[in-house]
Amino acid sequence: MGVRVASEWLNSCSGCEISIIDMGERLLDVLKVADIVHIPALVDSKYFGPLGDQKHLSLPEADVGLISGGIRNEEHLEVALEMRKKCKLIIALGTCATHGGIPAMANSWTPAQMMERVYSTETTDRPEAFPSEGVPAMLDVCYALDEKIKVDIYLPGCPPHPDHVFNALVALVKGQPLNVPTKSVCDTCPTVRKGKGELKQVRRFLQAPQYRSADEPLNQMRCLLEQGLLCMGPVTRAGCGGDAVTPRCIAARVPCRGCYGPVRQEGNQLLDMLNALASNGIDIKSIPNRPLLLRFSGGHSLLKPATQERRSS
Amino acid sequence: MNQTITIQPITRIEGHASIKIWLDEKGNFSDARMNYMSLRGFEKFVEGKPAEELPDIVCRICGICPWMHHLASNKAVDRCFGVTPTPAGHKLRELMQTIAHAEDKLLHFYFLAAPDFVIGPDADYAVRNVVGIAKANPELAAQVVKMRYLVKMILDKFSRKTIHPIAGVPGGFSKPMLEEERKDILEKMRQVLDFALFTIDFAKKNVFPKYLEAIKTLGVITTGFIGTVDPSGAHNLYDGKLRLMKADGSYVDFDAQDYADYLGEHVEPWSYGKFPYARVWNEGFALDVDQPRGIYRANTLARINVADRMATPRAQAELEEFRSLFGRPAQATLLYHYARLIEEVYACERAIEILEDPEITDPNVRAKVEPKAGRGVGCVEAPRGTLIHDYSTDANGLVTRANLIVGTTHNLGPMNLSVKQAARTLIHDGQVTEGILNRIEMAVRAYDP
Repeated sequence: MGVRVASEWLNSCSGCEISIIDMGERLLDVLKVADIVHIPALVDSKYFGPLGDQKHLSLPEADVGLISGGIRNEEHLEVALEMRKKCKLIIALGTCATHGGIPAMANSWTPAQMMERVYSTETTDRPEAFPSEGVPAMLDVCYALDEKIKVDIYLPGCPPHPDHVFNALVALVKGQPLNVPTKSVCDTCPTVRKGKGELKQVRRFLQAPQYRSADEPLNQMRCLLEQGLLCMGPVTRAGCGGDAVTPRCIAARVPCRGCYGPVRQEGNQLLDMLNALASNGIDIKSIPNRPLLLRFSGGHSLLKPATQERRSS
Repeated sequence: MNQTITIQPITRIEGHASIKIWLDEKGNFSDARMNYMSLRGFEKFVEGKPAEELPDIVCRICGICPWMHHLASNKAVDRCFGVTPTPAGHKLRELMQTIAHAEDKLLHFYFLAAPDFVIGPDADYAVRNVVGIAKANPELAAQVVKMRYLVKMILDKFSRKTIHPIAGVPGGFSKPMLEEERKDILEKMRQVLDFALFTIDFAKKNVFPKYLEAIKTLGVITTGFIGTVDPSGAHNLYDGKLRLMKADGSYVDFDAQDYADYLGEHVEPWSYGKFPYARVWNEGFALDVDQPRGIYRANTLARINVADRMATPRAQAELEEFRSLFGRPAQATLLYHYARLIEEVYACERAIEILEDPEITDPNVRAKVEPKAGRGVGCVEAPRGTLIHDYSTDANGLVTRANLIVGTTHNLGPMNLSVKQAARTLIHDGQVTEGILNRIEMAVRAYDP
């Protein structure tokens, strides 16, 4: 019998699961050594038994549990706790699981404020009460996984590169140590940096950065931050380029938005970025919306309703 | 006995949903529901953000169709800021969206839906999945994995990031296409077209005939349809006017900017997902299997039903054959799979057309944009249905308000009806088997939620 793998998705978009499929033909190799015992996207195993008549949510036992998504409601919490109970090892897969991810942007508001908007848009027939029958109750905020259960391995990324998922699974099957990137995006970025510059303001990404021609190699293009664009490279963990290393956004001639979360698991992308800008003499008032610097890492109480009010007042 | 059955989670779909079935004391159908279990609140948390950042945020609504959200959002921001993308920028966007459709349909047909048809609806759940297919038919499985990966990596290599794309920008696209890239992608899309044609032939010979009885009965309901057509009335995935068709085949066309005059969203206390309905029909909203009110469907079957024709030759030939068998509009729910494969052929043909257009390599891919106050609706056809992003911005170009109608949600009402219909037809005298429950799920899976 191979290594038993269970996979669950919580407050997520399924991009992490598609990234697993994007291993391509390597997926078939993984399937030769791993038994997938539970993955709702691909396999029909059920919480309440095959006939749907059991009283309690139950998952099969597994050696490795992959969990994507943060924890936003009581069902997510119940599933996360059951995964922890049944899996020897828990991998937080993707930035939603490691730091809350994009859905944790909602942490700048209360669930009531959020539902008030969702159920009263211009096309919505406003109900007397918000949905509450047979749907799991919302928690106060969107939590990163390790705020509620113990996590053994962190694989951030929105989504994690298929190379990293593959390398991690291979290492686990072979019992080898995991090699997860620990540098910053800047450390792996080939663009040209000239050091402290004339820049005083960051500008919004409303026009293309300067480069000579479509086929100009990246190592001849000036650093996007030094071109004045708000690039999150200094405070974001490397890895988006997978084994090929080159950061994906930079290769598309757009600034890094921070999707791999902070360089250190416990880092703060907002504070680290403000420090980085201020120490280079850049006016941090030129940033149009500061909570946006935590767009991928608003879990761990970094984004709060009060934060939003303070920023906008 | 008043039994309750909970199918949770619904598997081999792309979201979080469950089915509850209530049986009466004799073990016969009493009621059923499909609950949509999660709410993330995108309509709230994009408020206050610079509009040009939204295309990279809202793509996280769906990791399977991120290009759709990314591009609908870019179109909405273009409108808010009053900018028209350059011709090459427009074409690169449509190319990415069309290729993303080609990938998505292969994923759905082979990885999610096929186990029901190839392995069989009653097979042990342990083998009724893509791994089971890999063991039962390793050659086909290897070919499928290879072709899906080929299409996906076209997007990945050119746009640099395809799960949660970044290359679409207000005003156009972030990078031009080089001639050698164009040639390479064109050659690959021709291979994908061959595989699309193989797939539809394979399904017409080996899959659909075996399940003709199920197609005629499983989850069958009678509803209206919505989709996008070009000015000539031909099917389109990227741009055009919206067409809302009644079950009798009569229809009204409208500009996506005016969607709120035609569509409403109903809220049920048992679902976080809202239920879009045809407000313009003035019949309200009712999830009644025999007399549904306000209910229309979106996604593949809807699009080929509302279209007068397909815009590319091979897809048109397939549509003609389909219509000769099932009429217009076709109502049988499992025909979504057939329609999906017709759209797969279209997506490949259309991508090739765009790649053969010399303007696709024009380096002028991005118009300059200035933030300003405005309102804009961006609409594309996502694999799962008509996708609408509607934003307002203030003078600094910060988002003041957003309303989103996401493809899958159009079908929440219809999926509920199909689940009720399937459960009512299949469950009698307390006889419940895994095969029956899986068939009820198949009625949901057809919609590819």
